[in-house]
Amino acid sequence: MTTASESQSRPGDQGINVAKVTANDVNVYYGDKHALKGVNLAIQANEVTALIGPSGCGKSTFLRCINRMNDLIEGARVTGTITLDRQNIYDRDLDVVQLRARVGMVFQKPNPFPKSIYDNVAYGPRLHGLAHSAADLEEVVITSLERAGLYAEVKDRLDEPGTGLSGGQQQRLCIARAIAVSPEVILMDEPCSALDPIATAKVEELIDELRENFTIVIVTHSMQQAARVSQRTAFFHLGELIEVGNTEQIFTNPQHKLTQGYITGRFG
Amino acid sequence: MQFLTLVAVLLLMSAAVYRMGRGRAQVLAGTEARSLHSLPSYYGYYVALWCGIPALLLIVGWLSLEPFILRSLVVDALPTEAKALSPARLSLLMNEVRQLAASGDFRFSSGPVASAAAEQYRGLRATSFGAMTVLALSLAVGGAVYGMRAISPKLRARNRVESAVKVFLVASSTLAIFTTIGIVLSLLFESLLFFQKVPLTDFLFGLNWSPQTAMRADQVGASGSFGAVPLFAGTLLISVIAMFVAVPIGLLSAIYMAEYAHPKFRSIAKPLLEVLAGIPTVVYGFFAVLAVAPFLRSIGQSVGISIASESAMATGIVMGVMIIPFISSLSDDVICAVPDSLRHGAYGLGATRSETIKQVVIPAALPGIIGGILLAVSRAIGETMIVVMAAGLSAHLTANPFASVTTVTVQIVTLLVGDQEFDSPKTLSAFALGLVLFVVTLALNVVALHVVRKYREKYD
Ligand SMILES: Nc1ncnc2c1ncn2[C@@H]1O[C@H](COP(=O)(O)OP(=O)(O)OP(=O)(O)O)[C@@H](O)[C@H]1O
Ligand SMILES: [Mg+2]
Repeated sequence: MTTASESQSRPGDQGINVAKVTANDVNVYYGDKHALKGVNLAIQANEVTALIGPSGCGKSTFLRCINRMNDLIEGARVTGTITLDRQNIYDRDLDVVQLRARVGMVFQKPNPFPKSIYDNVAYGPRLHGLAHSAADLEEVVITSLERAGLYAEVKDRLDEPGTGLSGGQQQRLCIARAIAVSPEVILMDEPCSALDPIATAKVEELIDELRENFTIVIVTHSMQQAARVSQRTAFFHLGELIEVGNTEQIFTNPQHKLTQGYITGRFG
Repeated sequence: MQFLTLVAVLLLMSAAVYRMGRGRAQVLAGTEARSLHSLPSYYGYYVALWCGIPALLLIVGWLSLEPFILRSLVVDALPTEAKALSPARLSLLMNEVRQLAASGDFRFSSGPVASAAAEQYRGLRATSFGAMTVLALSLAVGGAVYGMRAISPKLRARNRVESAVKVFLVASSTLAIFTTIGIVLSLLFESLLFFQKVPLTDFLFGLNWSPQTAMRADQVGASGSFGAVPLFAGTLLISVIAMFVAVPIGLLSAIYMAEYAHPKFRSIAKPLLEVLAGIPTVVYGFFAVLAVAPFLRSIGQSVGISIASESAMATGIVMGVMIIPFISSLSDDVICAVPDSLRHGAYGLGATRSETIKQVVIPAALPGIIGGILLAVSRAIGETMIVVMAAGLSAHLTANPFASVTTVTVQIVTLLVGDQEFDSPKTLSAFALGLVLFVVTLALNVVALHVVRKYREKYD
């Protein structure tokens, strides 16, 4: 962990007042496997934070810690604390279900429910009783679709199944579904890995717009994508957080030689 | 016996020829194995196939034609007064002739005509067998020689053997298909005979079922009435009761098994549940008659409802228990096939486990579950043993689950058990019932398989 604190912007201690999410000494074990080792990281509100690093280094694992999706994995164990607005989300009396309404997630593979486009987006609001009338609900659905940049393409077929959309449209539907719950933080695990360049560009544009209202954490394998969409970048290696800083600084002037090697493509 | 010997000889010859073919190929190849197109053993198979297949085909063809030819020869040779017999009597006589010829014991012969014919029949058959043996053996030898001479390094023995295997497989599956078609055709044919005697509309829409027809022309009463609606209604009633038992229990246990149970528990409980499917239906029948029906009766007495000892309720409940493993096992499969990504999507939006199951998993699995239920319904409709033992025999048109009803399958069994006259409407009606049963279950299966297949495509 010494290396991480050596870097210019110190995670964990800098700007604790504005940090939306802070991870303090987070360790994750899958059975005997120590997958995440003492990670300290502060995620700022209304910023896009990119997590990069070679395959298997623990990016998804860290992401899943933030909305406790690791609870669903048999044998996974998390130690340390993660706070969301200074409240420890691993507290005993925290309601996981409510946490997940505040921290939304978009997955690597688009996973629309086998329901209509409308019902897909309406699912979360209905679940949490966010809309008080049918008109309310419709408004939430439409604004979410609009913000996800999908409304124009699907407005005439809201009652058709979401699974019938193209891959890129499905992913934007999943983003609309996630923002319909008005979460505070949105986690995205390689949201563009199944998409073509055009759909990717659309999603990236969308992420940039969403930053205004949400805090976004995105895992990506594409250096260019991280450089394009994120303000801060965190580099993981073998379960450790090696370096974190402003995206520009990480890509132009990395402090650690592992980071340097990774972004110049010498390994990983 | 002789016949088996012949086949054994042919097989031995093929085996011997296989070794010869392989040996010859090895000699041809010498030390340079690559100079042969195929491995030596393929040349062996090639020659063995040439030796065995034509001869066996000849035997099969011969044996299937032989009876007809022999019969016409023998009938031709009969004295004129025997030839003048009615076709039915003639076929009786020929039956006797065949039996006499087979036993070789003429003491019980009905007369000199039959004995003489049997004698001739025996002679002809011996000749025929001899001719067949000679022909088959020479075909085998000829085939082997042809095969041996065809062996050369260029011969694509491997590909030839491959096509022979394919032909064999195609022939086997064709046989299976033709058997099915044959069964359906015979069902159809007998049903048509029935519908010549009883109009189709009477059968399908008539409300009265009492198939006892007069056996002799001078008998009074019992003209027979073949309205099958009470049977359809009874089948439907029992199936519906069975489904009311099986669908909730099967589905809920599948959900528990797939979503909640610990993998260890699941690995024990699932096979246990499937054991239910392996219990012979006769045993379920006992259970219905000896345990469930008396139990229901005594409950009925204590609350003041009269429950027949052969009630639709008891039968339906037990049939439902029999069907539980079908539904639970099929539903469990489709629920497990729902990709985890959907579950994670719902959890990620803040759904609880039961909300996820109710709102995402089950809707996603629904087509598959419905397909499974339809398959189970077709099982219920066709189920015979339980209803024969536990349901009633007399046809009442009622919707009262505590009354005794009868089903299509029960009637088929009772119509065909015992001595039959094969051209009376009573017997023929069994075929018509069978045809209806076949059509209904076929339709259910087609729809169910279609639904299940569509569902598979969506997630594969
Ligand atoms: N469910 C699990 N059970 C056991 N080990 C796991 C599980 N999930 C991940 N791991 C292990 O934890 C480590 C980190 O995995 P993780 O999925 O977080 O990597 P990642 O950085 O997201 O990789 P990728 O870029 O390939 O997605 C890996 O070594 C992986 O093998
Ligand atoms: Mg990952």
